[in-house]
Amino acid sequence: MSNLKVLMNGIIKENPTFVLLLGMCPTLGTTSSAFNGMSMGLATTAVLIFSNLIISLIKNLIPDMVRIPSFIVVIASLVTILQMVLQAYVPAVYASLGLFIPLIVVNCIILGRAEAFAAKNGPVASICDGIGMGLGFTLGLTSLGAVREFLGTGKIFDFALFPEDYGMLVFVLAPGAFIALGYLIAIVNKLRKA
Amino acid sequence: MANKLIVSLSPHVHSGDSVQKNMYGVIIALVPALLASLAFFGLGAAVVTLTSVAACVFFEWAITKFILKREKMTILDGSAILTGLLLAFNLPSNIPMWIIVIGALVAIGIGKMTFGGLGCNPFNPALVGRIFLLISFPVQMTTWPVPGQLTSYLDAETAATPLSIMSQALKSGDASILSQLPQSMDMLVGQTGGSMGEISAIALLLGGAFLIWKKIITWHIPVSIIATVFVLSGLMNLANPVFAGPVSQLLSGGLMLGAIFMATDYVTSPMSHKGQLIYGVAIGFLTVVIRSFGAYPEGMSFAIFIMNAFTPLINTYCKPKRFGEVVKK
Amino acid sequence: MKKLQSTLPNMAIVLTLISVLAGGILAFVNGMTKGPIEEIKAKTLADGIKAVLNADDLNVEEPVTLENGAVVYKTDKGVAVQASDPNGFGGTLVVLVGFDESGAIQGYQVLEHAETPGLGAKSSFWFQKGEKGDIIGKNPSSNNLTVSKDGGEVDAITASTITSRAFLRAVNAAYAALSGNTSDAQTGATQQANTNE
Repeated sequence: MSNLKVLMNGIIKENPTFVLLLGMCPTLGTTSSAFNGMSMGLATTAVLIFSNLIISLIKNLIPDMVRIPSFIVVIASLVTILQMVLQAYVPAVYASLGLFIPLIVVNCIILGRAEAFAAKNGPVASICDGIGMGLGFTLGLTSLGAVREFLGTGKIFDFALFPEDYGMLVFVLAPGAFIALGYLIAIVNKLRKA
Repeated sequence: MANKLIVSLSPHVHSGDSVQKNMYGVIIALVPALLASLAFFGLGAAVVTLTSVAACVFFEWAITKFILKREKMTILDGSAILTGLLLAFNLPSNIPMWIIVIGALVAIGIGKMTFGGLGCNPFNPALVGRIFLLISFPVQMTTWPVPGQLTSYLDAETAATPLSIMSQALKSGDASILSQLPQSMDMLVGQTGGSMGEISAIALLLGGAFLIWKKIITWHIPVSIIATVFVLSGLMNLANPVFAGPVSQLLSGGLMLGAIFMATDYVTSPMSHKGQLIYGVAIGFLTVVIRSFGAYPEGMSFAIFIMNAFTPLINTYCKPKRFGEVVKK
Repeated sequence: MKKLQSTLPNMAIVLTLISVLAGGILAFVNGMTKGPIEEIKAKTLADGIKAVLNADDLNVEEPVTLENGAVVYKTDKGVAVQASDPNGFGGTLVVLVGFDESGAIQGYQVLEHAETPGLGAKSSFWFQKGEKGDIIGKNPSSNNLTVSKDGGEVDAITASTITSRAFLRAVNAAYAALSGNTSDAQTGATQQANTNE
């Protein structure tokens, strides 16, 4: 597979949100607005690129039996670094994502890609996979966030399209996340088949 | 001639029941409650009911035709009309029309058609609509007009319902607030604030008696819900007078409407009598718990909703015997 | 390069190495970001105090924590008090209220709440200037800050009387903390700083 193909694979064919259904916890938890969804997606992308790169570089140094703990240490360190950097330099993003940043450690996408891709491929392909999967995840989260924000408050990226009084509050809350995600997956499936 | 002889598998005896017959039976049973709501809320009740029924039937038609592209139209089997009526009964009579239309779209679209139409829906569609609206538009859904304003619709005056008085007493821990509760007699007839179909307990009981007489429903679900709520809230009231007494609990909010009309929906309730008793007791229990400790004053709709989700599980363990089945040794 | 075999010494060495390396890097990043994080925390609090006192620059004295948990931040442009009420609809409601020297409310912020979204959660803006339940400029000593249902002069949040009551109790508690705390420690600086208003 060429690197470009690897990259596009993550965005469209194996989109982590709509096709693989990986990382549902942040998907449902942080997408109350398009901005929050996008921040979460980009934060995860950053971790994913670096974890894929590091793991593909050190894959031969790690004995098979301890590969999972080693991957987790690498991922957890990256997430902790990200958390501290966000808290120090972009406090607004840190405040809106809060608890979900440390939870990136247990996001199945990251460990899943480390195990399924980075541990078997070279660094360049792994970076491409990280970017593709990360952008696919970001795309999924941003669109889900946009739909929820639009239906819930009448805004997209804080840009008001109809008065907030007419917004359906349920979409800002957790049940609306499930409903919106379900219908988005249905639409994506319909489009993929067409 | 060839078409007249149909050879099919057993059973060959048909009881004469059909979807239409049952649906229209339930609709007839709702007439007393509808009349009561018209008598108490006048114009508002009429507007809300008509909008809700029309919107539900329209969405059922539009979705069947344009999205599912099915040949067979289901709008005349009465289920959409019934959903519309029940949804209207769960709304305050001063709610704006656009909210009703959203509720109807959610009830029919998300609650029913997404799962494949009548018979495939895991949750009662009218309840899906109601809960969606309750969470989405909490202000409009929890300000109830005072009965007796026959000519007003959107501008009707609002007041606290018995349920909000109860939850206020609970939150403040002050049992004396409960003395503001209306007389039981008024709550029975319907002289208190509340959503359209739930204010007159006596009209609902009348409808329930009709349903049981016509054998459209059995007594198991309504009686087990009412008995559980009565016993549990009675015990809680004895233990701590901050909790409202059993009679006020039974006569307030959507309890009667839920117990008689919403929880007994064929599609979403268990099949065997044993299963129905488990289902009813659990609904009664959850209702009291949610009313007493939840964030919303009314727990009936959430309780039925939760137990709808458990219905397949109850059905697995309490299967009705198949006709002709041989008892296992 | 050939893959390392899963022998016990190999595994132990690799895991130790990775952990030590990760620890080292984390310590380095922590040292780098510690300063900015502290600054931002202090700034958030200072911004809150500035916002509720409607002042751009002010000097905050050492905060005083009272027995009931209220925290009083005295500044040269008025006093900000953090107070709470445990009986909101969903739990404790924490507010930061700014008072000028006469005790009139300059502004408020809801710091923590667990109210129902769309109902009680509206308290963060419902009582602001120009909104329906405007309490800005009112003085808890002369104005009756309870909801109109209880005979007060504040319009409760629609369908959220319980939250409104809890909010106003917290505001009154903040005022009580203020008057209990400033009566014995009224400083000349506070009065002078406010003469230009």
